[in-house]
Amino acid sequence: MIVASNLCKRYPGGYEAVKDVSFTIEAGQMFLITGHSGAGKSTLVKLIASIERPTSGSLVVNGQNLSALRRSAIPYLRRHFGMVFQDQKLLFDRSALDNVLLPLQIAGLPRREAIRRAQAALDKVGLLAREKARPIALSGGEQQRLAIARAVVNRPAVLLADEPTGNLDVDSAGEILEIFTAFHQVGVTVVVATHDQHWIERCYPNMLRLEHGSLVA
Amino acid sequence: MNAWFAQHGAALASAFRRLWSAPLNTLLSLLVIGIALTLPAFGYVLLDSLRDLGGNVSGVQQISLFMKLDASRKEIGEIENRLRQAATGKWRFVPKEDALKRLQDSEGMAEIVASLPRNPLPDAFIVEPTNSEPEALEILRKEIAGWPKVAHVQLDSAWVKRFDAFLRLARLALWMLAGIFAAGLVAATFNTIRLQVMAQAAEIEVARMIGATDAFIRRPFYYFGALQGALGGLLAAALVLGALHLLAGPVGELAALYGGTFSLRLPGALEVAALAGIGAFLGWLGAQLSVSLSLRKFD
Repeated sequence: MIVASNLCKRYPGGYEAVKDVSFTIEAGQMFLITGHSGAGKSTLVKLIASIERPTSGSLVVNGQNLSALRRSAIPYLRRHFGMVFQDQKLLFDRSALDNVLLPLQIAGLPRREAIRRAQAALDKVGLLAREKARPIALSGGEQQRLAIARAVVNRPAVLLADEPTGNLDVDSAGEILEIFTAFHQVGVTVVVATHDQHWIERCYPNMLRLEHGSLVA
Repeated sequence: MNAWFAQHGAALASAFRRLWSAPLNTLLSLLVIGIALTLPAFGYVLLDSLRDLGGNVSGVQQISLFMKLDASRKEIGEIENRLRQAATGKWRFVPKEDALKRLQDSEGMAEIVASLPRNPLPDAFIVEPTNSEPEALEILRKEIAGWPKVAHVQLDSAWVKRFDAFLRLARLALWMLAGIFAAGLVAATFNTIRLQVMAQAAEIEVARMIGATDAFIRRPFYYFGALQGALGGLLAAALVLGALHLLAGPVGELAALYGGTFSLRLPGALEVAALAGIGAFLGWLGAQLSVSLSLRKFD
């Protein structure tokens, strides 16, 4: 469960990206954060993943208050999340399999077990046949599916995505939506920041809408 | 524990891959490190051999004790007892007859010795003290000079002191040289690692976002620095061994011309391992400094 209370994020220079936002995301929910570009969606996702730290307010994830978390504990908390970024953040000098292996290497899994799980994750997103391909050889949709495989390979409790279909055509975006829905159906909490109408139609009313960093009723 | 081994194994494998993936860069880096370690290592071996030379040259660290001409057998026995009790090291008695015979055998001395009305040489003791420090030798010389029926005690202490002072100066210069080259090695590794961190900025950023600890990110760089330093140390050992082999013949010939035997001592396996270890430590230190500074921008 994720509970935010009066959450604020102000960047150096005074720009306030998130203003006094409160919400609750239940375990197993598929939850949307919507709003126009610059509304604060990405910042909110980064706050949940503790990539950014709140200026004020509290954010509690699975009983842990992120504001009170020691710096050294943050990497371990991030492993509870599977992160999918709009620009995918894939490693282009590595194969698809090696990209998916990275979170497992970080977790310290023995290589054989890690390869087995990485291949299973690639299979789930339909990329097992392309495991040796470099990301540059994959289409935009395939790259996003590869990013999802990397996000889910550690079997995270929460799947966090920032505009996962922002750069994709309608068909590819539809495929990505189906993959997220499939993960949600097996009990994974899915939190997606998007302004894609297809997602909004699918997830309503589990959503919050931001405008200039503030919650819109 | 398995995770610990898996992560360290992966970091070591990654360090090997990085060394292997850019062979020319690796070779040049190893040459820089190898040469930086070769000079102090060669100096160390040379000084060590010279120290042995100081110990081996006849008379340099010996005390010659000359008895009075009228010293009796009993008084000589008394000196033997005192030397035994003093337990200063090895000693041997040279009777005056033996000394005369040796003088007689010397080239051009036979006739002169034969013309002497009586043996002018005294009985003597040659003492080789265990402690060859100049100060200890001087103390022992003074003590022996006070013993009964001892006419003269000879110690070439000035030579010993000069030689010792030279060794100390050379050792100091060697430490300074080693310090400078060690700093150079750390700087070379620092720069190599800094470039690697810059080249892998994307990977580091992604790894951090998906839960990599600082240790996970730093570890491959540490292994790389240590591995590069250790290989550089082994290269330095090979260069020193090669140089010593080349010099062994000419040095032996030179020593023979001075009527002595002197050979350069080759470093043993332990010393080669120590050189690799020092290289590994300095490489690790360079990596540690570089990673600490370079990763700040990711915070």
